[in-house]
Amino acid sequence: MIGTLLNSSTQILASKVAEEATSVSDFPVIPALIITPLIGAVIIALIPRSRSDLYKQIAVITSVITGAFSIAMLVAFKTEDSGYQFVIDQPWISDLGISLHFGVDGISLFLMVLTGVIFPIALLGAKVDHDPKPYYGWLMVLMAASMGVFSSLDLVLFFAFFELVLVPMYFLIGLWGHSNRVYAATKFFLYTMLGSAFMLVGLVSLAVLNARAMGGPITFDLVEIAKNQAISVTAGRWIFCAFAVAFAVKVPLFPLHTWLPDAHTEAPTAGSVILAAVMLKLGTYGFIRFGLDLFPEASHWAAPVMMTLGVIGIIYGAICATMQKDLKRLVAYSSIAHLGFIVLGVFAFSVQGLEGSILIMVNHGISTGALFLLVGWIYERRHTRQIAELSGLQKVAPIFAGVFTLVMLSSIGVPGLNGFPGEFLVLLGSFASARWWGVVAVSGVILAALYLLWAYQRVFHGPVTEPNKGFRELRLTEGLVIAPLLVLIVFLGLYPKPMLDRIEPSVERLLAHVDAEVDGFELREVKFVAPLPGEVEAGHTEAGHTEAGKTEAGHTEGKP
Amino acid sequence: MIARIVQDAPVQTLAAEAASGTPEIIWSAIAPNLILMLGGVLLLTVVSLLRGKSPSWFPAVWTVVTASLALIALIPLWARVQDEGAQTVMAGAVGLDGFSLFVTGIICLSVIMGALLLEGYVRREGLEGAEWYVLLLLSASGGVTMASANDLIVMFIGLEILSVAAYVLTAMHSKRISSQEAGLKYFVLGAFSSAFLLYGIALTYGATGSTNLVRIQRFLSDTVLTQNGLLLAGFAFMLVGFGFKIGAAPFHTWAPDVYQGAPSPVTAYMASGIKAAGFAGLLRVFVVTFGPTYGADWRPMVYALAVLSLLVGSFMAIVQTNVKRMLAYSSISHAGFILVAVEASSTQGTSAALFYLLAYTFMVTGSFAIVTIMGRTGDGTHALDDYRGLGRARPGLALIFTVFLLAQAGVPFTAGFLSKFYVINSVVAEGQYALAVIAMVSAVVAAFLYLRVVVAMYFSEDAAAELMESKIKIPVGASIALVIAVVGTLWLGILPGAVTNLANDAVAQLVAFKS
Repeated sequence: MIGTLLNSSTQILASKVAEEATSVSDFPVIPALIITPLIGAVIIALIPRSRSDLYKQIAVITSVITGAFSIAMLVAFKTEDSGYQFVIDQPWISDLGISLHFGVDGISLFLMVLTGVIFPIALLGAKVDHDPKPYYGWLMVLMAASMGVFSSLDLVLFFAFFELVLVPMYFLIGLWGHSNRVYAATKFFLYTMLGSAFMLVGLVSLAVLNARAMGGPITFDLVEIAKNQAISVTAGRWIFCAFAVAFAVKVPLFPLHTWLPDAHTEAPTAGSVILAAVMLKLGTYGFIRFGLDLFPEASHWAAPVMMTLGVIGIIYGAICATMQKDLKRLVAYSSIAHLGFIVLGVFAFSVQGLEGSILIMVNHGISTGALFLLVGWIYERRHTRQIAELSGLQKVAPIFAGVFTLVMLSSIGVPGLNGFPGEFLVLLGSFASARWWGVVAVSGVILAALYLLWAYQRVFHGPVTEPNKGFRELRLTEGLVIAPLLVLIVFLGLYPKPMLDRIEPSVERLLAHVDAEVDGFELREVKFVAPLPGEVEAGHTEAGHTEAGKTEAGHTEGKP
Repeated sequence: MIARIVQDAPVQTLAAEAASGTPEIIWSAIAPNLILMLGGVLLLTVVSLLRGKSPSWFPAVWTVVTASLALIALIPLWARVQDEGAQTVMAGAVGLDGFSLFVTGIICLSVIMGALLLEGYVRREGLEGAEWYVLLLLSASGGVTMASANDLIVMFIGLEILSVAAYVLTAMHSKRISSQEAGLKYFVLGAFSSAFLLYGIALTYGATGSTNLVRIQRFLSDTVLTQNGLLLAGFAFMLVGFGFKIGAAPFHTWAPDVYQGAPSPVTAYMASGIKAAGFAGLLRVFVVTFGPTYGADWRPMVYALAVLSLLVGSFMAIVQTNVKRMLAYSSISHAGFILVAVEASSTQGTSAALFYLLAYTFMVTGSFAIVTIMGRTGDGTHALDDYRGLGRARPGLALIFTVFLLAQAGVPFTAGFLSKFYVINSVVAEGQYALAVIAMVSAVVAAFLYLRVVVAMYFSEDAAAELMESKIKIPVGASIALVIAVVGTLWLGILPGAVTNLANDAVAQLVAFKS
């Protein structure tokens, strides 16, 4: 299995080295990312029930190959290029101008890599107690659909994948979830579908109005429509609202969030991990790609409302998390708070805010995914997630507690771990353009420390009660599964520059697009008092500001 | 005898205008219709001559072959229409155009599916006989007549042939009282609605002086009616007649009872073939004939019908506990969706409706194939509780049913998604945003209904043991039908380009008056 992984990745790397980067960009990596898991699903469907031991192996192998493809894509990604790369553009329904248009830029790149990394981990880290065949089959379909949704550059194609992810997740929650799973699954499905209903009408209206204004044939191509900006301001605002409802359900934003605690809590461990790591990002990714890019004027117009909802999410999620008795529900509510930060950063309309949002998207996926895995392992051992029934685990399982501590600190956003750079940049960005929202949002950082540390104290400290005495230490296999996430937590906390370098050109292009389309738009940024020596040489005033962030945090917060 | 009526009708209506005696008959132009009709009559003859010595599968195979031949006969006609353009034959009474050929194809497909399902069904129920298939073929012939009619009288005759056979088919299950009740109910209400349609035709004739659709269209575009009350009343009455056939609210009340009572394979045919024929008539009369001149008058009526059907269909469906009734209400909400495309009254809307009808044929005949199989001997176990634990007892069957249900809910990469998408596209292009939103939101409500069935099949395991014990047999015919339906549902969802182009080509070649 690992051999296959190594083989495929070395092959890709070898071919790259041999024929320079051109051969890699010729290789249709995005279709490969979508098709490979689907092939896995088909193989799983064809294996008879008598060989049920093979299901997991097939699923792991195909997801690892897909993950290797995504990493190969990361390696071949041209850092300084702000446009879409690895583009595939084939007609699908030619009469209506719908095409199979895929591409990746700095905004979607890391979400796809995250998808490629988190799926094998979720597959390996969570056990399934019955019906392995459909379980692994649906997970593979989910992986393919997630890859599709982040790389689609056609409105209909995006919508199709956006809706398709619902089906496997519905079955994952409904069939392998906990006690209240049917309710949670149905609620999840209908909430999201209701949001999508508005989006479908919106996207058709957008294409029709765009074609009418341009006088050409109808097209659903995102890049084309975003470039044209042909529809009227009023229409743009209405259609933006239609899109926003769909994304707000998915994020989820404050009044539309109620499906999330149920879905996350009732889902099986792998489902929760993927929900948190990948599927929640569909909404915020949608806001960037289909909000800011398609409707710069309307997004700017709606920014105060969206930022307010984001800040409400931060505070509300944190307060709810504090009061939870169920550990998994607590983590679920903490997601609402984190996603609030992302929305705040997206609608702050600054380079730092947007970059921070994208960083949080990825890092929240890593740390919350890891948290759900750990909570799942606690549940496997103790068959309860009630905080009150857990106590003193640190004494019986010190390594487990240590891992939990690291992940928890990353989720709180402690400097030096991966949660910090994103939150810091979002706050920096919002201070520059929307100060008061930033001021309120800062309290979320403190609240995060409150609910997580308090929960940690109750679960891991205290006397070891009778049922907790037999709590098993972290197994080696479990440690190996979670190790990649721990490495990423530390690495991306200390050195986020490789990520920022790839994100930044695309973000700058996006904001330049907004700047060109919105009257009276002024890009506000926090300028550093004195550029770091290295930055002057690089001719880059903003690059490396996370490193700067830590050292100059005092300056900047006092400055604006 | 039936054949003669079809041919003679235009002669009678146009007698005053026709200068020279009988019009020329181009037999090849109505080849598919002739094949279906002669196939039915010949089957009756052959089976009578064999006096029960024919094997039990014989009539089913005959029917499938006949319908397939009719499908094949469409190909040269299609090529002819695409080369030479739309044309009328039989003194303008029959339209030979892409539209009629497309709908004929849908009806043939639905006959094939119905016959495949009937094969195992009649054996299981101990009701073997060729009558089922003869009636099915004759009903389909009526449907094709209706779809290709370019004259209101011909259309009415087609509708009657279609309906009378369907009334009998509904009541054919002689061992179930509910089947006969359904047949009677369908007959009484159907006859009533036919009267409405006929009355509407009469009023339209009074207002325009012709029953020929092209003539009516020319008359309306050349003439400004100072008093159009007669014509508007004609619209309303005809709409009632068509609304009944397609099962649109508020003329839907027969549908749940009849769908539930009728033998399940007949329900499959009713939901696909009869609905397609009804919509063909509606589209040709309203969109093609009255659309350009009187659209502003009838479109609000269709708007109301569409909204009511969507809401009644989806909201009533979710409170049902019988799967057949659920599917009946869901078919009402699908009718509402297609009516949205009718309301658009554009070529785009018409081709969206055609695509929808084809997609729906795959989805609904597939669903009723499962229902037929699950009904077991007696065709009675259709309660939602009877599906509990199916996912465990028969995972393959449950998965296939899930595909059909999710397709009907409009999940992407199935036929259901694109058919909804095309409808929304056509109606938004006409600026009807509110209607589009209503349609999509009601689709979400309807999705809850499909999820209820999925929940019963997968998420409740208590009844699985009972289902495991009661052996569910899948006859050969039904399994072929399931394969066709699944392949069709996914094919239209994943590679829709060819069929979309076909639907667009079909609408591009339409018998209509061009000024």
